[in-house]
Amino acid sequence: MEPVAIVGVGMTEIMDNHLASNYADLVFEASQKALADAGMTIDQVDNVITISNDFFDGRTISSMAVMDACGSYDKNVSTVEGDGTFGAFYALMRVLSGSYETCLVCAHHKGSEGVMSLITNAMFDPIYERSLGIDAITSAALQARVYMERYGVSEEECALVSVKNHGNAFKNQVAQLPLKLTVEEVMASPYISDPLKLLDCSPVSDGASALILASKSRARQITEKPVWVKGVAHCCDAFHLGDRDLSSTRALEEAARKAYAMAGISDPGREIDVVELYDAFSYMELMWLEGLGFCERGEGGKLTSSGETAMDGRLPVNPSGGCLSGNPVVVAGLNRIIECALQVRGDAGEHQVEGVRTAIAHGINGPCGQSHCVWIMGGEA
Amino acid sequence: MAEKRKDLIKISSGEAEQPFRWSAGADGSKFLTEIRDHKRFMGIKCPKCGKVYVPIRRVCGPCYVEMEELVPVSDEGSIVTYTVVQFGFVDPSTGKQKPVPYCYAVIHLDGSDSYILHFVDETDPEKLKIGARVKAVFEDDDKRTGSLLDIKHFALLDQTG
Repeated sequence: MEPVAIVGVGMTEIMDNHLASNYADLVFEASQKALADAGMTIDQVDNVITISNDFFDGRTISSMAVMDACGSYDKNVSTVEGDGTFGAFYALMRVLSGSYETCLVCAHHKGSEGVMSLITNAMFDPIYERSLGIDAITSAALQARVYMERYGVSEEECALVSVKNHGNAFKNQVAQLPLKLTVEEVMASPYISDPLKLLDCSPVSDGASALILASKSRARQITEKPVWVKGVAHCCDAFHLGDRDLSSTRALEEAARKAYAMAGISDPGREIDVVELYDAFSYMELMWLEGLGFCERGEGGKLTSSGETAMDGRLPVNPSGGCLSGNPVVVAGLNRIIECALQVRGDAGEHQVEGVRTAIAHGINGPCGQSHCVWIMGGEA
Repeated sequence: MAEKRKDLIKISSGEAEQPFRWSAGADGSKFLTEIRDHKRFMGIKCPKCGKVYVPIRRVCGPCYVEMEELVPVSDEGSIVTYTVVQFGFVDPSTGKQKPVPYCYAVIHLDGSDSYILHFVDETDPEKLKIGARVKAVFEDDDKRTGSLLDIKHFALLDQTG
């Protein structure tokens, strides 16, 4: 793959309610920050990708409503409805096409304005699933149970993810929910949909973020610290929950296999320095670690208990605090990429992991991780 | 938590709805009609891999071939996974809070190779388990309308006998 780099990033603070900002205000703030980070003006941006979800926004063509805010006036602007990792993938394709040298990617989300369970219920099949009232949390609970039972993963091992990630969030200035927790406190939180307890679930969040991709020649002109995309792939499993083995991570394994091959990585456990993955629920961090090949299937809990995924461990996972500490849906995956870019640059601030050369970001789309997108980034082209 | 600010205005979407009338398609209609009129489940078999899908649909995803052969599937099966919901979610079919607790399960009907999702009328953690046997309980004859809710729920079968 022709080298493409991330040359600028920007995130709003993740909050439970950005009451004083509408969607466009959040997008404007994030895109302004990304431009400032890159030292670019909007005139130097060739084209724009927006990422949003119409149901969350409560309006159709939600992406078009923010075009002024992201500087796409008189530009080619296109849209991805889905997680930010997939939107950034589309932006990458555009730069790789050779038609564009730079692409601004903006994602926005305000969970505070709708009813999350009704909106996430609407992702299910209207004939066979939706009328039952299933939503993001209850479907995740079905996945958590079959995964945990199949591999003998305990609720305490999942709780430890929540303890770790909420703890990491204290060092991340944009995180919504830093919490000092113990496993016992997570275990004592009420069941929402068993085996998921309140503190196993990510919060409802508002936020926006943006990043700028540039071709090899432009990237070197723009910044002294380009973050190069080394490998990227996505893969999708069946839509109907009933057509899937919910304890399986086959789509993630396939996406990771392709991304590692592209990046020339043969031993991810040794070659990856930091991981930012989509932990919408605590058990997901364990499942996705396994799917990414950092341990055998069912061993994610042991890897976490051993301390290896802690901030000071061999393989820090979600040093930002992850989605558990702030989950603006669709923005969340783009934030995983941005956090990795900051880690590679050495600009992650208080939650900087020492000596990061290669980082991996991961996003999901669809119920229970139907589709996975894996990004591998590094400091050298 | 952000302070309540009186200088900021919020606009409500009001009571208006966005009603839809989704086609179940010829295959979905056949599946739902069998439940409504005969209280039985119908699956469809892939000519290439032999997998039997419930509900009926046109295409086998992995093989990407058209399916035609309908095969009857049992109204009994086993629990693949389940959850007892404790939180008062709004029921999209009524717009009202659904009383808690209640149980969702992924169910493997005997004779099929895919699963369906439905309610199980049990919330006792001692009785629920993966692999437990269940049987469909249908709405009364005069109440079935051709929807997935023509199945009231699945009931645990007594395993002692």
